[in-house]
Amino acid sequence: MLEYLISKYNYWMYVVIILIGFYGMMAKSNLMKKLIGMGIFQWAIIFYFMSISAKKGATLQIISGHHGAYAVARAVDYVNPLPSVLMLTAIVVAVATTGITLSVLILIFRRYGTFEEDEIIKLMNEKGK
Amino acid sequence: MKKVPAFIAIIITAFLLIYAAEDFPKWADPYQPASLHVSPRYIEKTVEETAVPNMVTSVLADYRGYDTMFETTVIFTAGIVVMMLLRRPKKW
Amino acid sequence: MVREFEDVIIQTLCRFLVPFIQTYSLYVFAHGHSSPGGGFQGGCVMAAAFVLIFIAYDLNEAKRRFREKALLIFCCLGVFIYAGTGWACLLLGSNFLDYGFLSKVLPTDPVKARYYGMAMIELGVQITVMAIMVSIFLDLVTRGEHEEIMEEEGA
Repeated sequence: MLEYLISKYNYWMYVVIILIGFYGMMAKSNLMKKLIGMGIFQWAIIFYFMSISAKKGATLQIISGHHGAYAVARAVDYVNPLPSVLMLTAIVVAVATTGITLSVLILIFRRYGTFEEDEIIKLMNEKGK
Repeated sequence: MKKVPAFIAIIITAFLLIYAAEDFPKWADPYQPASLHVSPRYIEKTVEETAVPNMVTSVLADYRGYDTMFETTVIFTAGIVVMMLLRRPKKW
Repeated sequence: MVREFEDVIIQTLCRFLVPFIQTYSLYVFAHGHSSPGGGFQGGCVMAAAFVLIFIAYDLNEAKRRFREKALLIFCCLGVFIYAGTGWACLLLGSNFLDYGFLSKVLPTDPVKARYYGMAMIELGVQITVMAIMVSIFLDLVTRGEHEEIMEEEGA
């Protein structure tokens, strides 16, 4: 049981951060705090994928020597490059989503004048009638 | 008032995530399935086929170049969307 | 930020640092093939240099350095360079984005032609990422009202 907990400790750390972000998105009523919770959630997922690429006794993902002169590369000596590549795309998507969400928040503030969820729903029902 | 259902949902999610971790490989295992399937080919053949010693750049720009092109389109679209949402034309 | 701040120490120091930041971003981009770096990272550092000018001075000074027309042209130019390299490979008689066939135009062998093809597309990625980061930043900070603020201050 203890070995089961210790051998996968990267996973427990990121589960805790995911749950913190998830709680922030659900339980807070200010829209800005929900956005911060979403940001924490996204970055925890990206960190978890980066932790998959580790290997015991392996080195950085660059073949040394002038223009890769030490060209006999065994796959066991180098850290897995694929999760890093896929997470570059994920980071760019996170930046794009955050930018668009912030601009939608500016539009909500222009129209209703507040960031609290309860007041916005009340004003929406009043304006609808 | 929203905190009690949130806590219940958190506990259920935590239980499900921990239960699913039984099948995961150990951390830093050199023989896990993620390191055996296609990445040995990228590591061994990157200098011979593309003359670039940095594996991350050669996978990003050469072996998976199509994905990078659409990702550039995604960031471009995000910039255009922010412009469309926020600017209000004053003079028609 | 949008109005002038006028502190001599901050303005002089930021004006001194900006060329070094831009040179560092070009270094990160150019050494993407043999050390960590590449297009995305270089583009973000270059955008950081421009944001530093905006923080130290005000909106008019920042817009004088990088006009809005040039910003929009740079956004589209990067994607065009990337797709253009793919089209060039298609016109030379191979698959889309197959850089080995660029050796018919460049004076190298097919393996080195892939090296140069990668450098060209990373240039496109850097230009687009820099222009979009600056554009999103300016839009969010001025709440979309670039022209009103510039008219108020008497551009």
